[in-house]
Amino acid sequence: MNEMVARTDTLNTLTADAREFEGKALRAQLARSTRLEKAKALLLVLPLLLFIGVMFIFPLADMMLRSTDNGPVAELMPDTAARLLDWDQFTLPDEATYAALARDIQTAQKERTLGKIATRLNFELSGIRSLLTKSARKLAQMESSDESWKQRLVQIDQRWGELATWSAIKRVLPSVTATFYLSSLDLAYDAKGEVVRKPPERAIYVDNFIKTFAISLGVTLSCFILGFPVAYLLSVLPTAKANLLMICVLLPFWTSLLVRTTSWIALLQTHGIVNDLLVWLGILSEGNRLDMMYNMFGTVVAMTHILLPFMILPLFSVMKSIDPSFMRAATSLGASPFTAFIRVYLPQTKPGIAAGSLLVFILAIGYYITPALVGGRTGQMISNFIAYHMQQSLNWGLAAALAVILLIIVLILYWLFNRIIGIDKLKLG
Amino acid sequence: MNQNSSFVEFRNVQKSYDGKTLVVKDFNLSITRGEFVTMLGPSGSGKTTCLMMLAGFETATYGDILLDGQPINKVPPQKRGIGMVFQNYALFPHMTVAENLAFPLEVRKLGRNVIKQKIGNALEMVELGELANRRPAQLSGGQKQRVALARALVFEPKLVLMDEPLGALDKNLREQMQYEIKRIHENLGVTMVYVTHDQSEALTMSDRIAVFNDGIVQQLASPATLYEEPENAFVASFIGENNRFSGTVKSLDSDRCIVTLDDDDCNIRALPINITGHGSRAILSLRPERVVIDPEEGSLPNIFKVRAEGVTYLGDHIRCSVNFGQRHQFIIKIPNSEQHPVLKPGSDFRIGWAGRDCRAFNA
Ligand SMILES: Nc1ncnc2c1ncn2[C@@H]1O[C@H](COP(=O)(O)OP(=O)(O)OP(=O)(O)O)[C@@H](O)[C@H]1O
Ligand SMILES: [Mg+2]
Repeated sequence: MNEMVARTDTLNTLTADAREFEGKALRAQLARSTRLEKAKALLLVLPLLLFIGVMFIFPLADMMLRSTDNGPVAELMPDTAARLLDWDQFTLPDEATYAALARDIQTAQKERTLGKIATRLNFELSGIRSLLTKSARKLAQMESSDESWKQRLVQIDQRWGELATWSAIKRVLPSVTATFYLSSLDLAYDAKGEVVRKPPERAIYVDNFIKTFAISLGVTLSCFILGFPVAYLLSVLPTAKANLLMICVLLPFWTSLLVRTTSWIALLQTHGIVNDLLVWLGILSEGNRLDMMYNMFGTVVAMTHILLPFMILPLFSVMKSIDPSFMRAATSLGASPFTAFIRVYLPQTKPGIAAGSLLVFILAIGYYITPALVGGRTGQMISNFIAYHMQQSLNWGLAAALAVILLIIVLILYWLFNRIIGIDKLKLG
Repeated sequence: MNQNSSFVEFRNVQKSYDGKTLVVKDFNLSITRGEFVTMLGPSGSGKTTCLMMLAGFETATYGDILLDGQPINKVPPQKRGIGMVFQNYALFPHMTVAENLAFPLEVRKLGRNVIKQKIGNALEMVELGELANRRPAQLSGGQKQRVALARALVFEPKLVLMDEPLGALDKNLREQMQYEIKRIHENLGVTMVYVTHDQSEALTMSDRIAVFNDGIVQQLASPATLYEEPENAFVASFIGENNRFSGTVKSLDSDRCIVTLDDDDCNIRALPINITGHGSRAILSLRPERVVIDPEEGSLPNIFKVRAEGVTYLGDHIRCSVNFGQRHQFIIKIPNSEQHPVLKPGSDFRIGWAGRDCRAFNA
């Protein structure tokens, strides 16, 4: 009896093995038969892949590296760097270090690399630029004397006798740094090298991230409120009329972004058309003209106008696919038109709402040109700061850190979105 | 029919979508409580339009629609209490089967327990108890159909409308569903108005059939009457298979007429239905199964020589198209009995039919 059981067992395992083997063979066959198709498909997307690789992935990686890159100071001041390697940070460095610094400054001055060093150090501690140029000038004029380098340098500027100056230099020596990320979050190192909050008057980025978030949310919401009825109308109108309306919806895409934005300025500025009209109608007095431009309001209005099509199009494509018989069925089952709308129509537009909102929000959160033109002082978004550091202050490290943080926020939102709504539920068109 | 006995009544209803043409011209129909009435007609004849007017989704441009004696022209659809099964089922895709069934009960603000019980009963009725938590996308066509039916019935409407509910199903499933709808109709005793353009479906299911064409009811009668005694040429040709000839009336009595065919002056004796008079144009209609093969000389008023053209074996009967005078494609059906004659293409034989089996209509 037992023997028989054992035999059937071996038999079973045998057949199972055979089945598995067959399964493998089948999979291999399938892989072989689809290999050519796959190769063809790859060939089709290859140009795009290359383009994305060169124009997107590569700059992105470069930006990420730059956000932690500490710059060239260690190479340009090799002697000082070597001396500061095991400096304790609690007392001023020794004479040899001062000598090395003097030597490095002089060499840098000769080789015209002092500017680079100064720029990088200035991000760490403002004022070092002038300190370095001043020291370089004075060192060049100085006759040889038997005073120590320490005395001489402190004589040139007493900041060489402060710990803060030296710890700033030490911080830029390792190859990677967290400075730019700390700055992006309104944090900094103090003289002891500890992370502290920046004073409130210099803390701008966290508030601006929050503001950017709020503006994007506001723009998304107003796009939804304005876009939903239009999309609905588009989906129920007969084709000829719907096409006409669609052209109107797409009109913003046909004119230049700058023209559109500046026309908002003409409309909304203090002596613009809207204010003039309100004053003329007697609704406002001359002195109480509304500030609708060069602030957050102007940014939201202009951005809503520009991003509206990105909300309407996915909504429209979803609504178009909702059969009118659903609403009829709901009313025939006894629901009032309102209940039918809330319980039957609206839930079915969810994929469109999700897609439109995600699209508008992500476009808005990185928006640059409109806030730059109409944002004034209070309507600036994080991208404007990134641009500022790229173009004006040339602090690319900070720009990169801000950009990476923005990217991380967007990725987190995307992840949340996927968790809550599900990316497979999107319908983009 | 007096007003008390009719549950649904259309009175001189007209409908135009564009203000130029009347889609429904002068529609009169009266349905008694518990009846199963089918609207049958070719595509575009206005069946859906009439159903939509009854459900309240379209307004009649003229005339009255009465439900239980009350005009309902101004009652919005959600207040009419009419269950409806749509051709594409219109099951809400974001709700499960149970939620779909609960919807009409929830909007009526019934208690949770009552709802649960009613859903249970409804699912049991359509034999889908185990699928309560599926979504419509996870159901087969026939299952969707049953859910749609259950949803239209779950809130116990007095009247249920169905617009080609079986149009998307294959033949076997369709027959099964026809049977189930009929069974449910008999069990619940609800009034049903059913739209189809499949005449066999109409014939098997209905108490009465309204044949639609050209915006008016051509004939409203039971399936048997419709088949046996069509009242005009359209109904005769639309229901069942037909041999049709056109000719001129040569002589006319109350129950007999002689029509001379156009092509070859052949005289045919027929039963006049709505012939206006001597010399008028007429259309003759003869069912293929009423043709007798090799009749005794003199036993029938119409006997002619024909030649067989094509013979098709169809199992339960044999279909033969013959060449009758100048006319081709004259169809005869011979039941497959033991002693049925053996017909071969090209063979000559005689056919005949009784005068009352050939109906003459005004052309
Ligand atoms: N919403 C509408 N607007 C304009 N014309 C319409 C509309 N709905 C239907 N029609 C027209 O009215 C006529 C009748 O349409 P209806 O849908 O009632 O036909 P039907 O008998 O249901 O046909 P089918 O068997 O094909 O469903 C058709 O000629 C159709 O073109
Ligand atoms: Mg129809």
